[in-house]
Amino acid sequence: MEFLASFFDQYGMLLLDGTVDTLVMTVLSTLFAYVIGVPVGVLLVVTSPNGLRPHKALNTVLGWIVNIGRSIPFIILLVAIIPFTRLVVGTSLGVPGAIVPLVVTAAPFVARMVEQSLEEVDGGLVEAAQSFGASTWQIVSKVYLRESLPSLIRGVSITFVTLFGYSAMAGTVGAGGLGDIAIRYGYQRYQTDVMIAAVILCVVLVQVFQTAGDVLARKIDKRR
Amino acid sequence: MIEIKDLNKVFEGRGGSHHALRDVNLTIEDGDIFGIIGQSGAGKSTLVRCINLLERPTSGSIVIDGKDITDYQGRDLLDLRAGIGMIFQHFSLFQQRTVLQNVMFPLELRKEPKAKREARARELLEAVGMAGYEERYPSELSGGQQQRVAIARALANDPKIMLCDEATSALDTRTTVAILNLLKEINEKLGVTMVVITHSLAVAQKICNRVAVIDYGEVVEEGRTVEVFANPQSSVTRELIEHDTLSAVVDVKKEAE
Repeated sequence: MEFLASFFDQYGMLLLDGTVDTLVMTVLSTLFAYVIGVPVGVLLVVTSPNGLRPHKALNTVLGWIVNIGRSIPFIILLVAIIPFTRLVVGTSLGVPGAIVPLVVTAAPFVARMVEQSLEEVDGGLVEAAQSFGASTWQIVSKVYLRESLPSLIRGVSITFVTLFGYSAMAGTVGAGGLGDIAIRYGYQRYQTDVMIAAVILCVVLVQVFQTAGDVLARKIDKRR
Repeated sequence: MIEIKDLNKVFEGRGGSHHALRDVNLTIEDGDIFGIIGQSGAGKSTLVRCINLLERPTSGSIVIDGKDITDYQGRDLLDLRAGIGMIFQHFSLFQQRTVLQNVMFPLELRKEPKAKREARARELLEAVGMAGYEERYPSELSGGQQQRVAIARALANDPKIMLCDEATSALDTRTTVAILNLLKEINEKLGVTMVVITHSLAVAQKICNRVAVIDYGEVVEEGRTVEVFANPQSSVTRELIEHDTLSAVVDVKKEAE
């Protein structure tokens, strides 16, 4: 007990700060990744050859952009887009400097997941909506997005957990966070206790968010 | 009245083109329950989907109440579809919406005030025998109940025409009869013209006053139901009748076992 008390005395604030930094990075980048990823995912579905408004050129180009975005390893992207990051948030350092590359790497990922969720919607429902005179926009909002909501929410959990992991690498640009603490204290200074504490916090947070997402998705899903 | 004139539909695919409908000419009078029968793949669904332009005809025209609708686009197209109800083999109810929300859906599209669409939906559910199920979800209902909800939804916009795509094919015999009776009642009470796709002669015999038999995209026979079945002119119709009697025999045998 005494050990724990002195440990938290010494490292409590550090770990708390790390937790806050990690959560801010993950939550904000998930949010912005969806702001970009949902419209792109919707466009991919709507403009696909069997979509509501097939558009081969737009669909192909969007597909390329998404694939390129997904194929660049995060650690490289983080450094490679520094000029762009500076342009957007004014700095390439700290939490803001990490959020930009996190969003850039997650948005294409989100677009593909949204695309997949929407593709799972029964084509019969889309046809039924069309038969009642629904416009393309109405079908997107009232059928595609609404019917796939449980699946979309599961996607949010997956994105969140993925970005949670990626945010550990953001220590490279001095963004802090639990991953950064684990690497700096555990790997570079051989302070195994700090590393273990940081890793435990990561595990707990991931469990909490994944479970919350699963429970919510199950609760709102009215299919059997 | 629905007039289908020289209708052709060709699907262009990678493996070449498929002539789904060939020079189809049909006239469906107001108040008819018009059966379109044929084997699967004969083009029944494509033909019916041309009436509300879910499929675009390759050539020919569709005239509804004197208006040529074949080239309708934009707002006109959406309004045309809103005026034609449709029900489906697998019901196609929105799984994440309650029964009441499903029936309100077509009215929601037309931006009717909430109170009005709710009152209308409740009235329709009452009419199809589904009062009391408003807050349930489709997954909680049997097939017959789901189809009743789908019928209520199809009636929400007061359509003059209703398209029924194999509406009873996924239902057992008893439920089929109940749904057919409901469709007939709607036809008689509200004067809704019905176009009924079916591969079952029994269904056609039960509710259709006229039928057209189609095979490989062509209308091979058309006329009053009783006459077509009593005196079939084409081999396809005879085949369908034979097949239907056969399946009836098989059913009887199954029950005897």
